[in-house]
Amino acid sequence: MTAIVEVTNLSKTYKDGFTALRGVDLTIAEGEILALLGPNGAGKTTLISALCGITTPTSGQARIGGHDVIADYRAARRLVGLVPQEVALEPFEKVINTVRFSRGLFGHGRDDALIERILRQLSLWDKRDNRLRELSGGMKRRVLIAKALCHEPRVLFLDEPTAGVDVELRRDMWDVVRGLKAQGVTIILTTHYIEEAEAIADRVAVISKGEILLVENKADLMRRMGRKTLRIDLAAPVAGAPEALAHYDLELAEDGHALLYHYNTRGEGTGITRLLQALAQEGISLRDIETRQSSLEEIFVGLVREGTA
Amino acid sequence: MNLHAVWAIYVYEMKRFFRTIFESLLSPVISTTLYFVVFGAAIGGRIEEVEGVSYGAFIVPGLIMLSVMTQAISNASFGIYFPKFIGTIYELLSAPVNFFEIVLGYVGAAATKSLLIGGVILLTAGLFVDLDIRHPAMMLAFLLMTCVSFALFGFIIGIWSENFQQLQLVPLLVITPLVFLGGAFYSVAMLPPGWQVVTLFNPVVYLISGFRWSFFGVADVAVGWSLLAIAVFFGLCLAIVWWIFRTGYRIKA
Repeated sequence: MTAIVEVTNLSKTYKDGFTALRGVDLTIAEGEILALLGPNGAGKTTLISALCGITTPTSGQARIGGHDVIADYRAARRLVGLVPQEVALEPFEKVINTVRFSRGLFGHGRDDALIERILRQLSLWDKRDNRLRELSGGMKRRVLIAKALCHEPRVLFLDEPTAGVDVELRRDMWDVVRGLKAQGVTIILTTHYIEEAEAIADRVAVISKGEILLVENKADLMRRMGRKTLRIDLAAPVAGAPEALAHYDLELAEDGHALLYHYNTRGEGTGITRLLQALAQEGISLRDIETRQSSLEEIFVGLVREGTA
Repeated sequence: MNLHAVWAIYVYEMKRFFRTIFESLLSPVISTTLYFVVFGAAIGGRIEEVEGVSYGAFIVPGLIMLSVMTQAISNASFGIYFPKFIGTIYELLSAPVNFFEIVLGYVGAAATKSLLIGGVILLTAGLFVDLDIRHPAMMLAFLLMTCVSFALFGFIIGIWSENFQQLQLVPLLVITPLVFLGGAFYSVAMLPPGWQVVTLFNPVVYLISGFRWSFFGVADVAVGWSLLAIAVFFGLCLAIVWWIFRTGYRIKA
């Protein structure tokens, strides 16, 4: 597949000395959905801003559709639609007017049929004459998407599209994103919800402290990220894990009052049933059990450690 | 050139104006009427003709200038400040437009609005005094150049401002005093000799003088100087706007 976004050694240092991007290299293929995962302040928004023209990179190069985003900004930006993280809309304007404005701004003449199609697709057609301040938060987010789509972009940047959005709307958004992919639109979305990446992305890029730590096929990454911990509270403390359970690699916690078992949810089998049976056979009685998914933050910490190792 | 973008910005801004057309026009018309009642009728009745023009008519060009300048500034500054304030500026920055197209859209709309307001004030003035415009084409040219230059100036203020107070500061602290001391209500010749020299450092003197000349054929300074002054002011504002977009000053992080 041909590359539609090519980022080479892109860096951004703000005036106050804060470096938000450190030599980012990233290639995005046409038609794919790439999820850019990272904790708050990792540089996700700065990367998108640098590609879209909102902030000027300090060094490096970025091309969209083969056009340099600075030297040939007009051609590059015509290909790009941006849905920002913050819901920024003029409160007194009507939905349809703000969408028409966006289309004009990107150099296209009026096309009522197209705008009707987009507004219907986003369930906004009935609200077209409403003023933006009258809309709910979720509806406003849809308007932002409509604004980004009305000039028929080939690359769509969605910056945290489902932050603070209810479950229903989140699923609607995912459907919209899948529909756009079916039309051949390349989608780059930033998120810190791992489920979001899991639900719709083809590839996942992980960014932390301004550096891309990895770009990986989603399925492979999910296998690595699917770790859970089973915590077993014991009725009586033990000095160590019984010899017979050595291959489970159990961790002792709280002075022997608890055992921790790490397993992979995407593995062939978790081994939990056998472990519990073995504990019973050893005569160890349990007080409580609990499972905990590795939080994204822990995964990031893990990745950062791997990255610097 | 992305003419669709220029037109989109222009139409968007003009819609904002027409959405509040009543408030937009009412306030300048009322304040002009008050000036006429106070300066034209109450005080003007006791003042002799100034350079062969009745005092009521003499103040008309100055009053139009006062409104046009403040309206051009406030419309253009608000026009670009508001997207910065609510965050919609992202769209302008990420669109395939250059600084000239953005300025053309915003400044064009603000200049049109102030031109309309200037026209309405002229009509309102016509209800109070007899106006015989000596050089109508020059009058229009002066009005248009003032609208465009001050809209450009307002655009700069809108970019520079970081809060609503700063947005109000320049029109209130700079423009109003300069217009009041710029011969809106008197002829420079009426000032003591020392002040006549000082007042020549006020750029607004040249604008009002030229504008008044187009009405009555009398001027405080030669018309050529007035034209030069407005051209310099326009050029200066354009250079600053160009610099703003080149550096991203207070627009880009």
